[in-house]
Amino acid sequence: MTITNPAGNNTFSATRPDTGRAAVTKPGREILAECRHAGVYRDGRWLVQNVDIAVSRGEIVTLVGPNGSGKSTIAKMVLGIVKPDKGDVWKRPGMRIGYVPQRLVVDATLPLTVRRLMNLTGRHDTGDVTMALEATGISHLADVAVQHLSGGEFQRTLIARAILGKPDLLVLDEPVQGVDFSGEVALYELIRDVRDATNCGVLLISHDLHLVMADSDHVICVNGHVCCQGTPRAVAGNPEFVRLFGARAADTLAVYQHHHDHSHLPDGSVRHGDGSTSFDLHQHGPHCDHDDDTGGGDAG
Amino acid sequence: MLDDFFIRALLAGIGLAVLAGPLGCLIVWRRMAYFGDTMAHAALLGVALGFLLEINLTLGVFLVATGVALSLLLLQREDALSTDALLGILSHSTLALGLVLLALMHWVRIDLMAYLFGDILSVSRADLAVVAGVLVLVLALLAWFWRSLLAATVDEDLARAEGMAPKRARVLLMLVLAMVIAIAMKIVGILLITSLLIIPAATARRFAASPEQMAVMASIAGMLGVAAGLFGSLRFDTPSGPSIVVAALLLFLASRVLGSLFGRAFSGKEGDAS
Repeated sequence: MTITNPAGNNTFSATRPDTGRAAVTKPGREILAECRHAGVYRDGRWLVQNVDIAVSRGEIVTLVGPNGSGKSTIAKMVLGIVKPDKGDVWKRPGMRIGYVPQRLVVDATLPLTVRRLMNLTGRHDTGDVTMALEATGISHLADVAVQHLSGGEFQRTLIARAILGKPDLLVLDEPVQGVDFSGEVALYELIRDVRDATNCGVLLISHDLHLVMADSDHVICVNGHVCCQGTPRAVAGNPEFVRLFGARAADTLAVYQHHHDHSHLPDGSVRHGDGSTSFDLHQHGPHCDHDDDTGGGDAG
Repeated sequence: MLDDFFIRALLAGIGLAVLAGPLGCLIVWRRMAYFGDTMAHAALLGVALGFLLEINLTLGVFLVATGVALSLLLLQREDALSTDALLGILSHSTLALGLVLLALMHWVRIDLMAYLFGDILSVSRADLAVVAGVLVLVLALLAWFWRSLLAATVDEDLARAEGMAPKRARVLLMLVLAMVIAIAMKIVGILLITSLLIIPAATARRFAASPEQMAVMASIAGMLGVAAGLFGSLRFDTPSGPSIVVAALLLFLASRVLGSLFGRAFSGKEGDAS
């Protein structure tokens, strides 16, 4: 795979409609995809609500959050797989997208080699395929049936397939699950290298906080809604982040502290500092700057 | 030569088998066997409505099979019942409805067995022309949308995310399936259509290294089954549909034996076709 750096990638986005209050809009960034106050409602509850996120060209945005917090739903919303029931989602038209879904099972009755899977959504040059497989360390498995791969090998295949089309936007939903530790480090490095070389935008969902944080430009902590977002350092010091992931995760990076004036209950409602609850869609600041003085409302 | 009823049946059956190869593979890969069965059962309702409204029976079958497929898609969105239960309801109620409707129409005298189990005597020149037309149309559609169909088969989310249209692929697959059911009715019969889709695909699985290879091999297996079955039907005076299915089954069993003998030489450790 030849990775070229497209010239003039810092063009201003003139086509992006006026967003009013976007969460992470930075001047001079070409936004690839964006959710605005977006929510998804299923079976009587909000899977996610009031989501404001954006992914720009050349930026690695990482979604972190506990199981069932709606990380995959947000990724699917960005990709247009799930339509928002509230708010809206904007995606740059004509973008090439590479996607590694959280779960993909190829039926045992489908004869599919690694090489054939690489050409699933588009035909690629044989040399490019080989180079993408080499980049993820599985070129020796090109002619093996995908059903015979180990979990880690299959993830490497999916990553190779996603980066093969030189996408404008890479969406990776827990891409290194089942990969051994040294492999994880190498794959995250690869993702960063691909970003550096092609200036693509990356939306990454990951549990490996300590590995991911270093390379992320922007971290979004999700728990049914966007709890807090910002630089890895800022998010790691956020009390809501600490509550979700524990002090050890946060300790890997420097800490700054502030208190929360509300907490989120399992049904999606909000408990305020004074003990009342509501379903209002309150806004979180970019670094979750809740008022300090009301404090003490967190009930977990 | 086309005056010979047997030659006509053979040609129609071979045309059907060519289509059943790739289509049957898609149905096996997507685990849609019961779905295909439901559409096929609805064909009898199509026959009944065809008589009632005095329209072409093949057209009637196509329309009703399409209608059942689309209503199933709509019902699936409701999520109140599992797909399995919905299929069970539609599959047998459309068959029963067709049988009751045909019985109520006293003025229609038909050989029900011919529709349920196929009748090689009934393939006319016009039927043959329809088979030829459907063959060309369906093969063209499958070839044109093959990448999209395959991508949606592997993962609908992935296909949609990367700019394919999995929903369109699904609707196309249903329309194509309805067409094939309509032409298959006279040859293998309503109750046995699905087996002509599934068995050749299952036969091909062990020997194929790629989806395309499997589709072509399934077509070949289907053609062999149709030819052997029709000759058997003529020789032993058995209904054509069951004879074709038995021949296809024998071929499948032979492939399993062959597969076990030569084992790993073909496709490796697992040999699972369902």
